[in-house]
Amino acid sequence: MANLRSEFIGIKSPNPFWLASAPPTDKAYNVERAFRAGWGGVVWKTLGEDGPPIVNVNGPRYGAIFTSERKLIGMNNIELITDRPLQLNLQEIKQVKKNWPDRAVVVSLMVPCEEEAWKAILPLVEETGADGIELNFGCPHGMSERGMGSAVGQVPEYIEMVTRWCKANSRLPVIVKLTPNITDIRYPARAAKRGGADAVSLINTINSITSVDIDNFAPEPTIDGKGTHGGYCGPAVKPIALNMVAEIARDEQTKYLPISAIGGIATWRDALEFMLLGAGNVQVCTAAMTYGFKIVEEMITGLENWMDKKGFKNIDEFISKAIGNVTDWQLLNLNYVTKARINQDLCISCGRCFIACEDSSHQAIMKEKNNKRHFEIIESECVGCNLCVNVCPIENCIEMVPLKAGMIDERTGEKISDKYANWTTHPNNPASG
Amino acid sequence: MVKNRPKEGVVAKRLNHREYKDNFCDLHPPLSWQEALNETSNCLFCFEAPCQTACPTNIDIAMFIRQISTNNTLGAAKTIFDRNIFGAMCARVCPVEILCEQACVRLEAVGRAVKIGALQRFACDIAIEENVQFYKREKDSGKKVAIIGAGPAGLSCAHRLALFGHQVEIFEAKNKPGGLNEYGIAAYKTTDNFAQKEIDYILSIGNISINYNQILGRDFTLTKLKENYDAIFLAIGLSRTNNLHIEGEEAQGVVDAIDFIADLRQANDFSEIPIGKDVVVIGGGMSAIDAAIQAKLLGAQNVTICYRRGAEKMGASEYEQNLALSKGVIIKHYYAPRKIKTKNGKVVEVEFDIVTEKNGELIKTGEKISLKADQIFKAIGQKLNTENLSGIKLKSGRILVDEEMRTSEKMIFAGGDCIFGGEDLTVTAAANGRDAAIAINKQLNAGGNNG
Repeated sequence: MANLRSEFIGIKSPNPFWLASAPPTDKAYNVERAFRAGWGGVVWKTLGEDGPPIVNVNGPRYGAIFTSERKLIGMNNIELITDRPLQLNLQEIKQVKKNWPDRAVVVSLMVPCEEEAWKAILPLVEETGADGIELNFGCPHGMSERGMGSAVGQVPEYIEMVTRWCKANSRLPVIVKLTPNITDIRYPARAAKRGGADAVSLINTINSITSVDIDNFAPEPTIDGKGTHGGYCGPAVKPIALNMVAEIARDEQTKYLPISAIGGIATWRDALEFMLLGAGNVQVCTAAMTYGFKIVEEMITGLENWMDKKGFKNIDEFISKAIGNVTDWQLLNLNYVTKARINQDLCISCGRCFIACEDSSHQAIMKEKNNKRHFEIIESECVGCNLCVNVCPIENCIEMVPLKAGMIDERTGEKISDKYANWTTHPNNPASG
Repeated sequence: MVKNRPKEGVVAKRLNHREYKDNFCDLHPPLSWQEALNETSNCLFCFEAPCQTACPTNIDIAMFIRQISTNNTLGAAKTIFDRNIFGAMCARVCPVEILCEQACVRLEAVGRAVKIGALQRFACDIAIEENVQFYKREKDSGKKVAIIGAGPAGLSCAHRLALFGHQVEIFEAKNKPGGLNEYGIAAYKTTDNFAQKEIDYILSIGNISINYNQILGRDFTLTKLKENYDAIFLAIGLSRTNNLHIEGEEAQGVVDAIDFIADLRQANDFSEIPIGKDVVVIGGGMSAIDAAIQAKLLGAQNVTICYRRGAEKMGASEYEQNLALSKGVIIKHYYAPRKIKTKNGKVVEVEFDIVTEKNGELIKTGEKISLKADQIFKAIGQKLNTENLSGIKLKSGRILVDEEMRTSEKMIFAGGDCIFGGEDLTVTAAANGRDAAIAINKQLNAGGNNG
């Protein structure tokens, strides 16, 4: 029977599903509800330095994009860090941790880029009994204009410096939350590691404008006729996050740095994919904001069932299991040849594969046979690109079938080799030896 | 509450006001914007979509659904009207279950077709409601075309001819336009006088005049029209009904189903329409179903459709048959009418031979059965009035046309139910009218004339 118990940088939780620092973790009321629903841990919504509370806009703070069934697939926000008094948050964190000793409670922090500011807040957090801190170097809106959030996360030297201050001034494990609004995620991750971070978490939200009001000519969400960029999240950002997690997990300098993955996770499968790419646990926000805390029940049972099916007893047995298979383009096997194959029993003759192939340069699908509507691969034209699979509305109707060694590739007329050969040694590569 | 025993005989006011209102409301209520939007997500935007091929007017269905999905509803309406100016009525009355929706690939994928008809109605209704006109007449050609019949074929032809810049004059036997759209479709399929609203919208193109109460042979002749017009389009439908040729057919209470259907459509108050307690409908086509369902909706206690062949041979689609069954209509197969029994000149009973079918031939089994009836609707088909067609070639009693809808006379075209191969569908009539207009225009531009 699968056991989901998780230990991430020494922080224990009954499962690897945490709620990310965000509106659902802004107060005890929500966090209590989340723990009752089964969440393994939370990262409390970001606390700022003591003083007058943060001011949020009083108009809309979220924007979204939808499918035509109005399923939310991407959301952005311009909400700032917690707008509740520091003392109130600290009291509640303390009480919640006392009530739920088996759950992880990590506190997200964002204070000005001065050592004194960090020195002031760290002991207060430690005093709550919280399990760790997460440094919010990610928020791309509002706070970044004040030199915090992603303004720090975009400068590796600042990341390193602040991380070092935190490690020096607190005994708590430090997670550094990274912004994706940079060109190469490995640089901030390496900086966090140099600063002594226990882990990184990523991705924070992506700078975005979700839509434009075409009647009022303004970006949305629109506040009194104006809008600003906000942080993008939800299912649409998952592929970006997966890649960034993988980049850190396979980088020579950061490959043993624990990762708490964030970015569009809504199901057990999303969570699992991140864990296979090296994440020790995952954090969820948008899905909980969209559907409520109950979704964790599906995540728990889904992952347990998958683990039972695969014979995994603990999550450590599969974490990072896919990372060895993430490589560079130049190392991909050029002797691996696939051809699409349409299962005629499943095909509903929508013709989507045909027109995609026809208009996307390969013309490798026929549209009729014996004067009847019929879709079939023309192997002599098929480059094995997978586009037909991606546009087909029926799951598993089109498969990519690898040609076996010794077979002839009808497109090139060449025999399939059983040898691995990549671009580095390809005769067309001027750099190959 | 104990309901009063239903009154014997053919009487009005069987139901209360509310029951009439509920019974004759829109069969398929229009989609809301949210419903329409959700439904569009089911469309796969197929390549050379089978639904389009299955549509007699070849509407680019995938495109108009995509246009709805992007909130470009007027664009969707134009996509529909480009191929079928009667798109709104067709959306209501087309047997989509045997046309576009039957061809929908989602039927195979998930067992449910995209609601093409409902989406088409959604788009068309908005354009008509807002009276958005998409077409402008080309400059006046100086040519005049006469159209006989202001039904869907005639008006579809008229609209496109007007578009091409020709002057159109329509001769209509009734005192209202619309043909079967106005008189021949069940009331619950087109409510709120929609047929006339749609025609007003179509006629807004201009240059179309309609002469009412004009009957071919009585008020005008083809010969005369040929002298005064550059081309003629016959859209005269099928104005005669078939008879049973059995004893008692002349009795009081024996009515043509199409007259009953027309009366219902023209009624201001359904409670004024008398209906029998025991109604028998003879026939198996759409009119039989429309008459039977509406008899039931008017409060008839027992309504039985009697058809002399099996279910698979019925002209009404399976969907329509099931609709009738769901309303409490009984359908009897292999019942061939034998004689109508009367009392004091009124129908009391109808007797049937029970038959079987062998190689298409009906054979009496020797068994007979009688059904109590105070009203009988005959729905056994209509036929063309072939008088006054001045020698135009016919086939199987209908007008023979080529693929351009041209009759045996060069400048006379025909379409709709009156032609050989006509399908008794509004959508086919609309397609015929459109195609005839294109052919007529081609011919007029080529300098063709009566010679």
